[in-house]
Amino acid sequence: MSDPRQGRPRALTIEAAGRGDYIRIMSIWKYANPVKFLALSSRVQPVLWALAAGCVAVGLIWGFFGTPDDFRQGSTVKIIYLHVPAALMAINAWFMMLITSLIWLVRRHHVSALAAKAAAPVGLVMTLIALVTGAIWGQPMWGTWWAWDPRLTSFLILFLFYLGYIALWEAIEDPDTAADLTSILCLVGSVFAVLSRYAVQFWNQGLHQGTSIPVATGGRTVADVFFYPLVISMIGFGLLFLALVLYRTGTEIRLRRTQALRARLEREL
Amino acid sequence: MIALLIRDLRLALRAGGGFGLGLAFFLIVTTLVPFSVGPEPALLASIAPGVLWLGALLACLLSLDRLLALDFEDGTLDLLLTAPLPLEAAVSVKALAHWLTTGLPLVLAAPVLGVLLNLPVAGYGWLVVSLALGTPALSVIGTFGAALTVGIKRGGLLLSLLVLPLYVPTLIFGAEAARRGAAGTDVSTPLLMLAGITLATIACMPFASAAVLRMGLR
Repeated sequence: MSDPRQGRPRALTIEAAGRGDYIRIMSIWKYANPVKFLALSSRVQPVLWALAAGCVAVGLIWGFFGTPDDFRQGSTVKIIYLHVPAALMAINAWFMMLITSLIWLVRRHHVSALAAKAAAPVGLVMTLIALVTGAIWGQPMWGTWWAWDPRLTSFLILFLFYLGYIALWEAIEDPDTAADLTSILCLVGSVFAVLSRYAVQFWNQGLHQGTSIPVATGGRTVADVFFYPLVISMIGFGLLFLALVLYRTGTEIRLRRTQALRARLEREL
Repeated sequence: MIALLIRDLRLALRAGGGFGLGLAFFLIVTTLVPFSVGPEPALLASIAPGVLWLGALLACLLSLDRLLALDFEDGTLDLLLTAPLPLEAAVSVKALAHWLTTGLPLVLAAPVLGVLLNLPVAGYGWLVVSLALGTPALSVIGTFGAALTVGIKRGGLLLSLLVLPLYVPTLIFGAEAARRGAAGTDVSTPLLMLAGITLATIACMPFASAAVLRMGLR
């Protein structure tokens, strides 16, 4: 933190290149510089994609073909390898957006705001996967595609929050204003999402089981034979999310640059 | 603040359209429900509290895009931004004016519409209490949504998409209180939760709305 330049907002232009060379201390804020960020992300991405593909492939193939059928659920239990990791990432994507929104509001790093923008559609798709696989799993197990169970309902509400967030990004023309307003929406939305979570719990009792892998207590109700491929699949989905967000953030940065260049060109003509 | 409140109320009353529109919408929604689900009295009685709550919520939503858009167009909002009055206070007054012109008439009209839907006798009191407690929250949250979309052309649909998920907790507790009241069971838990939500939103949301307005109008 000794360099005053670090805390200053950086315009997302080409002249920002090379400035980060002054910063000797290893700090995460270094990557608030889009050039540094792009350099790192393009170096990391191939590894990340390979690891994500590997983990997802191993997790799913092991899960689908290498585990026995469940005593009661039969082979339908195997949808867990899609359902649980997608649900996990659906919530964590929102957390990530919350954190990056806060960073944008406090420190005004454009990369942070763009990362939040890039993560939203990924989170939306993860929520959709969790909802759809849940419905497919629920049909044979509970005898219904959909129930107004607290967990299902909160995921549906989360889905609506993602839709509203993305729609607001699309609706505002000025990129900085859009980043500001969506950040506040993300903060307020988080509070209301948590509130809704408890409200629906009060409103209706659930069919959905509790968590199978309570991290806090360390115990779990999933047998090892199902647990290991599930963990690999969860790691794979996490890496996949990270790779997708890095890739999409890079696209957003380049898009913003193109817009800046085009605006400058129009001014000069 | 009082001058602003009186101005807003006067505009709502005299400019026409906005004031009666919410009530008319509430009436129409309530009238349409028996057409869609059938006129069976027992069925209507069981869904009446929920339908009335939903109708009131939608009627509230309907008038939100006028809440700040008119002031944005004629420049009042820019004046408020530079006025010595804190923007948070101005936004709170706006929400209060919205509640007085939309929420309060809905609360008063709800029992009349309850008759149409064959609401059980025990439910009237609790319906009014739950609506009176819950509609201020709807106005305050709606003001936040209106502030978010104020600069956007044709932001009405976006406004609904943004605000409706935020209305979920209020609707759950409000409708639950009205339903329990109609069924004659204990209403204290949902009513307390509803009051908590309303007080918390009144306390916190004006800051978010004002922040959003400052960013949007910069």
